[in-house]
Amino acid sequence: MLYREAGQFKTGYNTDQSIFPIRQDRWAIALFLAVAVVAVPLVIDDYWAKAVLLPLLVYAMATLGLNILVGYCGQISLGTGGFMAVGAFASYKLTTAFPDLNLIIVLLLSGCVTAAVGVLFGLPSLRIKGFYLAVATLAAQFFLVWLFNKVEWFYNYNATGQITMPPREVFGFLITGPEATPAATYLFALGFLIVFGLVAKNIVRGRVGRMWMAIRDMDIAAELIGVRPLMAKLSAFAVSSFYVGVAGGLYFTVWFGAVEVTEAFDINQSFQVLFMVIIGGLGSILGSFLGAAFLVLMPILLKNFMVNWLGVAAVTAKHVEITLLGVLIIFFLIVEPHGFARLWQILKEKLRLWPFPY
Amino acid sequence: MMFRKITLAIAVAAIAVPMAAATAPAAELTIPSLAYRTGPYAPNGIPFANGYADYWNLLNERDGGIEGSKIKVVECETAYNTKQGVECYENTKGEGAGALVYQPLSTGITYQLIPKASSDQIPVFSMGYGRTSAANGKVFDWIFNFPATYWDGATTIVQYIAEQEGGMDKLKGKKLALVYHNSAYGKEPIRTLEVMAEKFGYNLLLLPVDHPGQEQKATWLQVRKERPDWVMMWGWGVMNQVAVKEAASIRYPMDRFIGIWWSGSENDVLPAGDAANGYLSAAVHAPGADFGVHKDIMKFLYDKDKGAGERDRVGEVLYNRGLVAAMWTSEAIRTAMKIHGTNEPTAAQVRDGFENLKVDEARLAELGLKGFTYGIEISCENHSGPGKAAIQQWDAKAKQWRIISKYYDRLPEITGPLIEEDSAAYAKENNITPRSCN
Repeated sequence: MLYREAGQFKTGYNTDQSIFPIRQDRWAIALFLAVAVVAVPLVIDDYWAKAVLLPLLVYAMATLGLNILVGYCGQISLGTGGFMAVGAFASYKLTTAFPDLNLIIVLLLSGCVTAAVGVLFGLPSLRIKGFYLAVATLAAQFFLVWLFNKVEWFYNYNATGQITMPPREVFGFLITGPEATPAATYLFALGFLIVFGLVAKNIVRGRVGRMWMAIRDMDIAAELIGVRPLMAKLSAFAVSSFYVGVAGGLYFTVWFGAVEVTEAFDINQSFQVLFMVIIGGLGSILGSFLGAAFLVLMPILLKNFMVNWLGVAAVTAKHVEITLLGVLIIFFLIVEPHGFARLWQILKEKLRLWPFPY
Repeated sequence: MMFRKITLAIAVAAIAVPMAAATAPAAELTIPSLAYRTGPYAPNGIPFANGYADYWNLLNERDGGIEGSKIKVVECETAYNTKQGVECYENTKGEGAGALVYQPLSTGITYQLIPKASSDQIPVFSMGYGRTSAANGKVFDWIFNFPATYWDGATTIVQYIAEQEGGMDKLKGKKLALVYHNSAYGKEPIRTLEVMAEKFGYNLLLLPVDHPGQEQKATWLQVRKERPDWVMMWGWGVMNQVAVKEAASIRYPMDRFIGIWWSGSENDVLPAGDAANGYLSAAVHAPGADFGVHKDIMKFLYDKDKGAGERDRVGEVLYNRGLVAAMWTSEAIRTAMKIHGTNEPTAAQVRDGFENLKVDEARLAELGLKGFTYGIEISCENHSGPGKAAIQQWDAKAKQWRIISKYYDRLPEITGPLIEEDSAAYAKENNITPRSCN
């Protein structure tokens, strides 16, 4: 009923190839974007920006990146935290070395730097697979964090190893630093996510994406039909790291403004982003957003519900939150092992027939 | 059916609870407490949070608040994690009539809040931690880090060492090691120690320990190999107890092993048992529960079952640390009330209170804290106070810390130029024009 497609005919190649072939989807996305771009900035405050929406946008970006590598190309990576650190430190070095450089360009360049580092650490993937590759990328995680903590050049020789983002403007709007308005920082990060979300969607349904999926599904067969593993795997590492690097740059520049590498980009970050990919759904763009939303929003929701509504003591709430989050993850994975994306697909099928299921 | 009943119960609870909570009195002072009772640093966070909460509750129960205004402590759990600390800050800053002052209780969170709170005009009291150069009130209007900074701590510890060796000139050629938490916190004293190494001629050996600090075998192997004359430590949480145990296992003499004031609590030495006997640490206040204020806490809180923690843990080092933090904060609020003639000061007025804060020995005695710590006076230029610290020693038999030295003054000729340099760099990076203090 809600998803009735009757009467929606595809009359040309462009409609056949559109990202959202169903009219209802198009409307829903348009409405969602309108709310996100127009309505949210009108009501957003510091709490919503710093504690809810910026984390969501940053993690969605990182999850998108990791999903390209793990979900589409089948290469397991545990180096996400390290690659985010590369993005953060690259944007710090670039913006302090060239203060007049536009922050957008800074972030794109940081993405490129991270892509290069990602390719470097992706080289072992040509010989090792599966869990062994996970261990190799784990090395990247530890090495990169160690490097940024050890070599003083990366944090401009300051006394503590913390990097701090100076205030920067983009098109006359202050984006970073404490004086930046919540709406400006939010829209800046949202802009990145919308553009690169669209790019990711188009990459994965094009030739490159099919190449990755062929490698993921069976690498020998893919090689036989003419996919070059070198190109496929390294391009997946490059694109994935680019996204993760931009996410790391956003994490540092607009969200936190100051980070300490050992805490902000430790191994837990890598795991968290990987969990987002798995819970959201491997090999799904929508799943990346859903997984990030679940793991970012759920703890805050639980906390606010327990502390502000039920009046539970902060520490008890924290213990319950940790437990409950674990239970919820297990619950959702049992209900649908393929993640939220698959859950949404099933729901969509049901809605198509509703209210007359057979 | 069962499910429906539960849902109904939750819905009823969700509606009823906020309604019950909405009938609070109007004149309240909101003090957020960014506590960490969970996570790897919880053993240290819990006593501090209890001391902090108990002192505020004592003021409420005994005096009816500060000058008649009740205090509302809003506890928020950070797990010593910067991300959750920022969430807590944003969540609590608008609570009630607005949060009056923050105690971030973590170097990472402090660094995060310095620009943010300055722009929101809420004072931050990072007591004996955080960014050392915030001592320069001309650049950091909103940040206070008295009674002493890490750099003050480094100079006082080196003075103690020199005294044991027989004078500053005897430091020449000695080997001093620093075992530090490999983070912004642990790296703080390095520059000061390097400058002093140049001036006094000792050799400095730097031994970083990565978070959380459970694995220190390699570090202490190096200590064993290099045989430093003294070991200093900037540690926190589980790292402290592991270090004390490892030092004991290589039989490093405990009375030549000195921690900063965050590396000297009961939690850090008890696990090592008798082997920890004689371990030293810096201190800015006395340990123990023999002060007037502790008796009041027992009488007004624990006897009535209103205490935040366990009765027999009152008077632990970190409990007293939380207590002294609340004491100075409450005195700053009181000062603000006097300056501005109101009993509902705003955060900006509380900042003025901090800047004109004077708690001398006489006032300490009035508060039931005679001899608990030293007198302080804060001014517009100097947000770090007198910067004194004493050395305390662990007595494993009596299971007690004892202060064994006088309060050493800092060496301003060492720390002054470093603070000047670091705060100037911060001001330049963030386009701040230092204000004039005349």
